[in-house]
Amino acid sequence: MTRRLSYREAMREAMREALQNDPRVFLMGEDVGRYGGTYAFSKGFLDEFGPERIRDTPLSELGFVGAGIGAALGGLRPIVEVMTVNFSLLALDQIVNSAALLRHMSGGQFPVPLVIRMCTGAGRQLAAQHSHSFEGWYAHIPGIKVLAPATIEDARGMLAPALADPDPVVIFEHCGLFNVEGELPDNGDDCAVDIASAKVRRAGKDVAIITYGGCLPKALAAAETLAQDGISAEVLDLRVLRPLDDAAIAAAVAKCRRVVVVDENWKSGGLAAEIVARIVEHAFFELDAPVARVCAEEVPIPYAKHLEEAALPQPDKIVAAVKGLFA
Amino acid sequence: MDVEHHAPPPPSGPVPWDKDFAFRLLADMLRIRRMEEKSAELYGAGKIRGFLHLYIGEEAVAVGALHALQPQDNVVATYREHGHALVRGLSMNSIMAEMFGKREGCAKGRGGSMHLFDAATRFYGGNAIVGGGLPLAAGLALAAKLRNEDRVTACFFGDGAVAEGAFHEALNLAALWKLPVLFCCENNLYGMGTAIERAEAQTDLCVKAGSYGMAALSCDGMDIVDVHEKTREAAARVRAGEGPLFVEYRTYRFRAHSMFDAELYRAKAEVEEWKTRGPIHTFTARLKAEGKLAEEEFLALDAAAMKEVEDAVAYAEAGSWEPVEEMLADVTTPPEAAP
Repeated sequence: MTRRLSYREAMREAMREALQNDPRVFLMGEDVGRYGGTYAFSKGFLDEFGPERIRDTPLSELGFVGAGIGAALGGLRPIVEVMTVNFSLLALDQIVNSAALLRHMSGGQFPVPLVIRMCTGAGRQLAAQHSHSFEGWYAHIPGIKVLAPATIEDARGMLAPALADPDPVVIFEHCGLFNVEGELPDNGDDCAVDIASAKVRRAGKDVAIITYGGCLPKALAAAETLAQDGISAEVLDLRVLRPLDDAAIAAAVAKCRRVVVVDENWKSGGLAAEIVARIVEHAFFELDAPVARVCAEEVPIPYAKHLEEAALPQPDKIVAAVKGLFA
Repeated sequence: MDVEHHAPPPPSGPVPWDKDFAFRLLADMLRIRRMEEKSAELYGAGKIRGFLHLYIGEEAVAVGALHALQPQDNVVATYREHGHALVRGLSMNSIMAEMFGKREGCAKGRGGSMHLFDAATRFYGGNAIVGGGLPLAAGLALAAKLRNEDRVTACFFGDGAVAEGAFHEALNLAALWKLPVLFCCENNLYGMGTAIERAEAQTDLCVKAGSYGMAALSCDGMDIVDVHEKTREAAARVRAGEGPLFVEYRTYRFRAHSMFDAELYRAKAEVEEWKTRGPIHTFTARLKAEGKLAEEEFLALDAAAMKEVEDAVAYAEAGSWEPVEEMLADVTTPPEAAP
């Protein structure tokens, strides 16, 4: 039996399950308690789990992310919610200079079993300071794992293995996905998924569209359009941005021989650049055409709807990029 | 120099400790002093590299404060932490080997002088981002509180850290949540080369800490008796559940900030004045005046410290290098071991 629920509900269910199953788990962040979560992910949690475990914080990203690191060192399993990736820049010092380094720098003595969740991405007319995508920055850093759940299955299933991981895990939840609905097995079935591999979301043979997060639905829509034009597109969802699943990327390249990388981060120095570099290093002779990228335009994301849409990857841009490989 | 920093009057009054305890604290100050002097020498000889920040002149703070803690407590320190690590119970061998970059070091040679760590004694570094340790300390204390553990977290930092946002965020969180943190501010009057008057609009650091609603007190960091007695009382209050407490130790660094510092920012006369208040010789003089310490006993303690240093250097010299093939271990859990 299956049931239908939204990305938001799936994430909420995953957190509730974690809080029920492990007394070491607690949730901390801005407005996670009385407000019910900025995006209502933790609605009702305060009543169910109490203020010690559903901990409202001041507007103090550096402080409470650092406190999450300390609490993890002290034997707890914190879920720290940062309202958006934009605000996470205020906590970047603690994430990069403490969480990511401590295990190695201490000679293996101090792993940091911490989960940091944050909303990412554009598409809701929130303008430049609330629309960033910095997954690529985080994926740059040795010592942390970076996840991008793009499906209901992953929203429901990635948190448990992330909490079981002895190292810091950063989870990016794209704001455009929160109301997307999908089918899941009935509660009680094991929902956990792996946090190591990429997954083919649509099988194809002519071109591989490699993407993740908020761009996955766009890539799937583009694949549908391309199918009508007789082009069979495979869509590979990276899911895990660090460490990248090199084998899955190589397999998609070898199978389709043409590749478009779709990424909402800016192109310059971004994650798409890294993926293309790896393809060129390891699968250059499998390619029948240069690799193409569809990324955000190199501009602060504008407010006006038509400009925002124009600044982001869209299905028609992906279709055009694919067709360019066959010209 | 636009600001003069005068040393406080010499400590007076009886030493309220028995001979055994006084000897232990004096011995620890000597162990730090001799280790640091040797480290400077080894730096010159190229055995220790990177940045090296010496604790000479400030020994009374780490020794007096750490002897006020209990074994189950947490300690978070800065990059000027050799002394804290040693008093906390790391072997001098493992500290010296770490500074040599040897795998026998307390962080396998990966951290060096600024990043000493030890899980066994709950010594959480060795943090070289100024102020970076304070949020960690708040989190460690939060864990202790939520787990109902009898555990104080002592967090050491300098006056320079007080200008960082991390200081204010951590003090606010700790006070808001009544966390068992002992904030130990080693005010040596300079953040690297910048005098506190040139960095802080409010130079009374207890006023700053007090503004977060926590008790804040100041003590003479050159006087080990004052340091220990006040820290013991402060730690007891934190342990009793009063919430965080801030202690300022007014101290002075006799040596340069690091080995690359020409000390253009302070007058030689100022340094010399503070040296007359050196924590080791003033404490020694008091113990002698009270008849608790004979010159031969002092010499024996000093000789033991020097022997320990000599052995630690030999240990570090004889140590091995971590094989390059193991370099990537511990960055993250290997995939096969991950869930």
